Amino acid sequence: MISVSGLARTFTTKTGPVEAVKGIDFQVYEGEILGLLGPNGAGKTTTLRMISTLINPTAGEATVSGADLRRDPRGVRSRIGYVAQGGSTNEEELVLDELILQARLFGLSKAAAVANAEALLAALDLDGLGGRKCKQLSGGQRRRVDIALGLVHQPNLIYLDEPTTGLDPQSRANLWDHIRSLRDRGTTIVLTTHYLDEADALCDRILVMDHGEIVAEGTPDELKRRISGDVISLEIAPELAARAIAVADDALDLRSQLTEGHHVHLTVEHGDAAVIPLLHALQGAGIVPGSLTVKRPSLDDVFLTVTGRSLRDGDRA
Amino acid sequence: MIFLNETGLIFWAHLRANLRNPLWVLIGLTQPILYLVLFGPLLEGVAGSMGAGTDPWLVFTPGLIMQIGLFGSMFAGFAMVYELRAGIIERQRVTPASRGALLLGRVLKDMVVLMVQATILTLVAVVLFDLRPNPLGFVLTLILVAIIAAGMSSASYALALATRSEDSLASVLNMVSVPLLLLSGILLPMTLGPGWLQTLARLNPLSHTVDAARALFRGDFGSSDVYIGTLVTVSLALVLGLIGARTFAKENA
Repeated sequence: MISVSGLARTFTTKTGPVEAVKGIDFQVYEGEILGLLGPNGAGKTTTLRMISTLINPTAGEATVSGADLRRDPRGVRSRIGYVAQGGSTNEEELVLDELILQARLFGLSKAAAVANAEALLAALDLDGLGGRKCKQLSGGQRRRVDIALGLVHQPNLIYLDEPTTGLDPQSRANLWDHIRSLRDRGTTIVLTTHYLDEADALCDRILVMDHGEIVAEGTPDELKRRISGDVISLEIAPELAARAIAVADDALDLRSQLTEGHHVHLTVEHGDAAVIPLLHALQGAGIVPGSLTVKRPSLDDVFLTVTGRSLRDGDRA
Repeated sequence: MIFLNETGLIFWAHLRANLRNPLWVLIGLTQPILYLVLFGPLLEGVAGSMGAGTDPWLVFTPGLIMQIGLFGSMFAGFAMVYELRAGIIERQRVTPASRGALLLGRVLKDMVVLMVQATILTLVAVVLFDLRPNPLGFVLTLILVAIIAAGMSSASYALALATRSEDSLASVLNMVSVPLLLLSGILLPMTLGPGWLQTLARLNPLSHTVDAARALFRGDFGSSDVYIGTLVTVSLALVLGLIGARTFAKENA
């Protein structure tokens, strides 16, 4: 559906050039939900904006649904739906008018625009809201109108930039259902997210991005399998971390270890069985951890392993 | 054909918003009407210095039409800053619609609103102050002012795209609008002033538009003011329109 090679974008800023995306390659296959996962500033949105022709790449090629990104930008635009991060509705306009205008800018006849708009309102649980002003809708409803605006010309490829950011948990789960049912009806979806649970729950395949590069790629399960074993996390004072790791290494068969602020993460084959010997050994050395958790590997651990820092840290940065 | 269709869609969507809230179009008229009613009568007192037999209202009303055209269009960019922030511009730019049509539809709507406002203002002057403009001259004045307004609103949209901030837009517009207003002879004819002021005014293209509008209002179609003013107005509008179109076609806008 999409084939990208060597795509790069450098922004010129007052403090010098910033390489937002550093020559990435990837494919999107028909009928899948592909997630671009990474912290803010990883280059996800820039990538999405490049493959939707909103900004020009400084290098690289891409073909989107058979249209060449550089030679046929209009062709690309007519084949995709794009739902931006910050919303796209005019507060004062009526929901139905916005949908019809958008459909007609894609060249649909008035009758087709009205029919598509009304079908989408029903499909996205927005029945009866067509006559409301956009500002009268709830956050979740408005987000679904944004998505309807991206779908109103019936593209078979849609980009969703951070679709659930700022939504309450219920609206979020509800939107996931809608995104899945879109995929089930044959729409290919590319979305960006910095939520691991979202990538895990929703995406068929994930590209992990960091600092403008793709640092890992695979299905959620494949990515998690990369880190075999479980993670034991200890809360421990930073000055004791090195000694604690040494003690743990004597007592257990450690795969890897990582210190992160007040936490030490230890990867072992069987986390449950390792807890008691580990605590004994630490007690013998006079170290008492503040808390201890055992986790099956999550995408957060994948991110941690691949980039050396946790996704939540990236968010704060 | 497709271009016209797309332009029409954007034009209609924006006009519809005005029709839904026509009050704002009228509120936009309060300032020029206040000038007409509270400042205009002062001109009757100085009418003598404009030349014998001059009807001050034929001088003043075209100036006020120009003022509506100038201010209405220069501040059009504020609406676009909102549209940028709300993601509406980006949403429309990701459609196959021509970027020129996205701009032109908005500019045409600004022209229509201006012409409606100018007509209302002129009717008020006709009723209250017995203004009797040449009918054809009045229509041509509307067109002339609409053309300059189209150029100014294109430039304002370009500025909105470039600055993306109400604050910067407001500072630039305040800086530009006062000299443009004072040196265009909108309020009083520049012929009342000293030579150096008249020279400065001649450098302001809008002063030629105002001169042309005044000649048209009194039905003096053969006046050189009409030809020079039309030429200057159309050229300026074309240049500003091109700047707007180029900015709109650029990426990242």
